[in-house]
Amino acid sequence: MYPTLKEHAQLTGHTDQVWCISWSPSGALLASCGGDKTIRIWGKEGELWVCKSVLTDAHTRTIRAVSWSPCGQYLAAASFDATTSVWSRKSGEFECLATLEGHENEVKCAGWACTGNLLATCARDKSVWIWEVTADEEFECASVLSTHTQDVKYVKWHPTRELLASCSYDDTVRLYREASDDWESCALLKGHTSTVWSLDFDKDGHRIVTASADATVKIWREHEPGNPEGIATPDHIPVWKCVCTLSGHHERPIYSVSWCPLSGRIATASGDDSLCVYQELPAEDEKNAPKFELTVRHRGAHAEDINCVAWNPNEEGLLASCSDDGAVKIWQIEKE
Amino acid sequence: MEYLESSVDGKREMSSVIPHHGVDQDENENDDSELKILQETIYDLISDIKDPEKADSLEDLNVVSETGVKVKRLQDGQVLANIEFVPTVPHCTLASIIGLSIRSKLDQSLPKKMKIDIFIKKGTHDTAEEINKQINDKERISAAMENPNLQKLVASCIDPEDT
Repeated sequence: MYPTLKEHAQLTGHTDQVWCISWSPSGALLASCGGDKTIRIWGKEGELWVCKSVLTDAHTRTIRAVSWSPCGQYLAAASFDATTSVWSRKSGEFECLATLEGHENEVKCAGWACTGNLLATCARDKSVWIWEVTADEEFECASVLSTHTQDVKYVKWHPTRELLASCSYDDTVRLYREASDDWESCALLKGHTSTVWSLDFDKDGHRIVTASADATVKIWREHEPGNPEGIATPDHIPVWKCVCTLSGHHERPIYSVSWCPLSGRIATASGDDSLCVYQELPAEDEKNAPKFELTVRHRGAHAEDINCVAWNPNEEGLLASCSDDGAVKIWQIEKE
Repeated sequence: MEYLESSVDGKREMSSVIPHHGVDQDENENDDSELKILQETIYDLISDIKDPEKADSLEDLNVVSETGVKVKRLQDGQVLANIEFVPTVPHCTLASIIGLSIRSKLDQSLPKKMKIDIFIKKGTHDTAEEINKQINDKERISAAMENPNLQKLVASCIDPEDT
């Protein structure tokens, strides 16, 4: 009755811990990066997953995160060497197009807005930078947001709006929007009791899921001005409230969370070496008191901490993960 | 928790490679003695780490103690080591280096990578909470260990003869 995760492929090649994986928008390619300072691009040949390219020499330290642009032509890579590289594959091969400098120390994440015109980066220097992509493929800093009080671990854009979310070692999540003359922090989500490592929006972007070192997952819902619940929205700015907390399933920090736009399933990856998958259940008040059920807990999914998990954007039930054990794995969720 | 059982049942292959525990009395006793040996091994490894400032070892300075090392199994069978240490003075600026050295030594010396939590003993340092969070954040640890100066400092604490 409950589904299981079946290991579909194990991709080996990285020579150190793997920090991040990212599916291309079409779901045909998977990029991975890590402590060996390389980016690997994986794709299918027939039924087999193979390494298509290895991108090297752009960074002198760990590559912490990779992210594809919505058009699938660009790949951004954030590194502990304080820079972010942007790669283009328009010529057919991956070429390093730009190296973005500005952060004072380790860049931890990079993410593209839905339009592809904006790129956000965040770092241990506590700041979030927003870069504008010009028509001639140049990157200009549009804003530096220093509202977090500690290092910023992760950034993620809204699926359809130019609304940015970030989460931090200061245990909070912040949202940013463009005001009349500059970007501003427009919401603060407080509730986790330790570092918030990762977040994701649901398909429509009215809900956010967050994963924390406090070993819990929280779901937050947007309340727009004039909401039927009567929740006050000062200055007509939407307010986000925690509507659900999932706990007791992971025993160590949760490092990554992915909300599948196709199935609505939520996957989490943890320092307890396990992957969990949650499914939403019908509830009396789905908006304000949603119910999520743990449907898979795959223990020992990797031999060490799992750092990242991501649903394939195009093929329902296909999941990728990566770990300190140096492996990238592809999983298929199967109904019993 | 019925759903947990059902999903675990579906993975017999995986469970066979993870050491089980608590099944019967004998296994319990075997596991307890295994953990006890591991606890002693860990203490032996960290006791002779050198203090970053002094010539003495962490054991000589009573920074680490046998009672400060605890090991247990997580629900899936992995071993978690919990190490508590006492900085020499409550404002010790090198407490985080001691934490990094303990972790590095264990990562390098133990045959299998283990889950490790390292904490300053409650009430023994002015900014214990802050340092505890830092020295257990895997991303900060990774980044710190890529810093050549920190690497050298940690190496000098772990292998005093080599430097």
